[in-house]
Amino acid sequence: MSDSQSLLRIRSLSKRYGRLAALDAVDLDVARGSIHALMGENGAGKSTLIKCLTGAVRRDSGEFLLDGRVCNPASPRDAEGFGVSTVFQEINLIPHMSIAENITLGRESLRAGMIDRKAARRRATDAVARLGLSIDVSHEVGSCSIAVQQLVAIARALDVRAKLLILDEPTSSLDRAETSQLFDILLRLRADGLGIIYVTHFLDQVYAVSDQITVLRDGKHVTTRAASDFPRLELVAAMLGRTTGSTSPSKQPDASLAAVPGRAAASVTRPSPDTTPSIGAEQHQGELLRVRGVSHSGSIEHADLSVAPGEAVGLAGLLGSGRTEVAKIMFGVDRVETGSMSLCGTLYFPRSPRDAIARGVALTPESRKTEGVVPNLSVRDNIVLALQARRGVWRSLSLRRRQEIAAGLIASLGIKATSADVPIASLSGGNQQKALLARWIATGPRLLILDEPTRGIDVGAKQEIERLIASLIKQGMGVVLISSELPEVVRSCSRVFILRDRRTVSELAGESLTEERVMEAIATHG
Amino acid sequence: MGSEKRFHPAIMTLAWPVAALALLVVFNLAFTPGFFGIELRDGRFFGTPIDVLNHAAKVAIVAIGMTLVIATGGVDLSVGAVVAISGAVAAMFVTRSQASFPLVILAALAAGGVAGLCNGFLVARLRLQPIVATLVLMVAGRGVAQLITDGLIITFEHRALSSLANTAFAFIPIPAWIALALATAVGLFTRRTAAGMFVEAVGDNDRACRYAGVNDRAIKLGVYAFCGVCAGLAGLVECSYIKAADANNAGLFLELDAILAVVIGGTSLSGGRFSLTGSLVGAILIQTLTKTMYMHDVSADVAPLPKAIAVLAVCTLQSPVVKDRIAGMFSRGSA
Repeated sequence: MSDSQSLLRIRSLSKRYGRLAALDAVDLDVARGSIHALMGENGAGKSTLIKCLTGAVRRDSGEFLLDGRVCNPASPRDAEGFGVSTVFQEINLIPHMSIAENITLGRESLRAGMIDRKAARRRATDAVARLGLSIDVSHEVGSCSIAVQQLVAIARALDVRAKLLILDEPTSSLDRAETSQLFDILLRLRADGLGIIYVTHFLDQVYAVSDQITVLRDGKHVTTRAASDFPRLELVAAMLGRTTGSTSPSKQPDASLAAVPGRAAASVTRPSPDTTPSIGAEQHQGELLRVRGVSHSGSIEHADLSVAPGEAVGLAGLLGSGRTEVAKIMFGVDRVETGSMSLCGTLYFPRSPRDAIARGVALTPESRKTEGVVPNLSVRDNIVLALQARRGVWRSLSLRRRQEIAAGLIASLGIKATSADVPIASLSGGNQQKALLARWIATGPRLLILDEPTRGIDVGAKQEIERLIASLIKQGMGVVLISSELPEVVRSCSRVFILRDRRTVSELAGESLTEERVMEAIATHG
Repeated sequence: MGSEKRFHPAIMTLAWPVAALALLVVFNLAFTPGFFGIELRDGRFFGTPIDVLNHAAKVAIVAIGMTLVIATGGVDLSVGAVVAISGAVAAMFVTRSQASFPLVILAALAAGGVAGLCNGFLVARLRLQPIVATLVLMVAGRGVAQLITDGLIITFEHRALSSLANTAFAFIPIPAWIALALATAVGLFTRRTAAGMFVEAVGDNDRACRYAGVNDRAIKLGVYAFCGVCAGLAGLVECSYIKAADANNAGLFLELDAILAVVIGGTSLSGGRFSLTGSLVGAILIQTLTKTMYMHDVSADVAPLPKAIAVLAVCTLQSPVVKDRIAGMFSRGSA
């Protein structure tokens, strides 16, 4: 890459957190008019790099050159001044303010000291139009869909005449159509000469839009290659720090996960097609949970589902189709209003998660941060929390017993923590998720509901969780897997129920259970 | 051993309040003549340290309950008023009935417990903001105490009740022993059982706790009820000390001292980790400071100012921003 093309040059950037080197002398070049994907497992240093670049954290050493000039942002706002704009994974907008206000917030056009609302509207409309959107900028942001909010965040980022746009996992809450809309926008921005740094965990998306791919691992720069010249398997190998020889030679679209040793285990435990019933077919023997025509106003209209012991069943559908809502009803967070559920042949109407847990049902929620982890509690206490809650205060586990339980699960699940005593918030997302799984495994549930267990975690951890699901099924546990990653659902589950517009619309099993059929079912039924 | 690491941050949190207390003691040794004078009169010890312990004990007893409430992410503003209620109940029992002494104690503690349950119900069941929920009783509680005492200051001559706060064991006043015993009992209960973990977990993320099957409502109800009982106990101590129940002035502003003691002791107002030892040190620190100012003839009107400055200093040293800066200075020094 010649110097004239280069928009951003990062030279030997280093950042340490205590003894841990989050970034170790990393170099990176981003060309004008290009999309540069930043890949790596959790803990690779992607977020730290972005935080340094946007001035959110102070770097220890190294330099940034933007357009050949030294760029030393002291804060995200300062970075915007240099032309570096960022859209973070968690949308930072103010819900009860309008789209226009959100876009111009903090840099309002003033007229005689007062905010010039007309100018703000005009600017916001322009910014939104640049993205090819036609939305009324006077709407409250909180009333828009997540996808629109994401686009508003991008519009806000572009309103500062950005030269470099950083997107940190922008598609994690978008559905397929919204993602492709976002990609159209990115390609248009690239044509305008913007440099884009794009962080994601979805391999397909990386290949769909990016020109260059940089892989980080353990805070070090591993490689930078053109996307067209970087086979999937080699990319995955680079991220995992493994050689391609150890991965399967398969060149399927889900090559990233073809390397999972657990895949074999998952397919072994898959029951043969003829034993899997369709909706409405009565199956009494060996049934663990059955959900019949369940509804809850405002969240789900008609859900059907059944799980047998030792079986993983998938729930697939677009965002907002009611997947999480069904999970919440099964776990007693929301009540059943019409319809019925039965667990092991007896009626099951949980009034609270406590009720559900007492009956042997467990849930790892979609939102790990707000509903899963207790951030400042130690890893050990997070793991024993559910078990201890079921036993109550008067049957407290001794410290030694808690240490034993936690140590056992930390070892068997391969949770990476410097000690069981560190707060769980200090762990990477994947390890937090494994600790939450450990929390439930400690209680030995009959039915485990996993709502997006692999969201926002790295490829390696995804594979381990998939392996774990397979081994839990082998032990006779029933699993309901909710995931927007179809390859994962298809690989792990023997049957998949498709939800669309808050209704169960079909069930796929056996031969007909393929990614294409699932997508078809999501797209065509209704 | 894993527990070493667990207590390490707790010790760090304790370092500042203990250092501040030590500084104050050194100041008094140097500049306050007679601060450490103790004399024996009528078989009892008198002197400033004894006074400090007596008053600090009252704050400490309330602060122990308050620590748990604050650890769940709440606060209890009503403890001062509950002290008045409990004192009123005790005074009425000893003046208007032949009730045995244990029954008097039980009634006063029960009054505190009922008040605490009311707070807990509002917070845990009705999901009111703790400040608002306990403000109700803070205001109404003194009215309740007035109703019990008919608006009078009830004085009494009751040997058992008045000896509660006016005798000493091994030179230390009984109220200080009560505070110490209570703190030890609560400390053992919270750390030996899972109660402490539940309290910290609920304060840290109550939604995640609910999803893990923790009965967060019961825990909140429990800590408010217990805080009420603590206030009831402090009410007994106070009315025993002055041998009277004064609905207007008993426990006045005690909630503020108790909250300060907890915060100085290193328990964050946003909930989570708590330190009972810290709260005890905080209570003693506040009393020592108050007493020091009295002895230097700082008028009661001005006294809150230096107190506020001292509190500000200790809290500033605990702020995460300042802590990071200090840690940064040290690591740069060693690098």
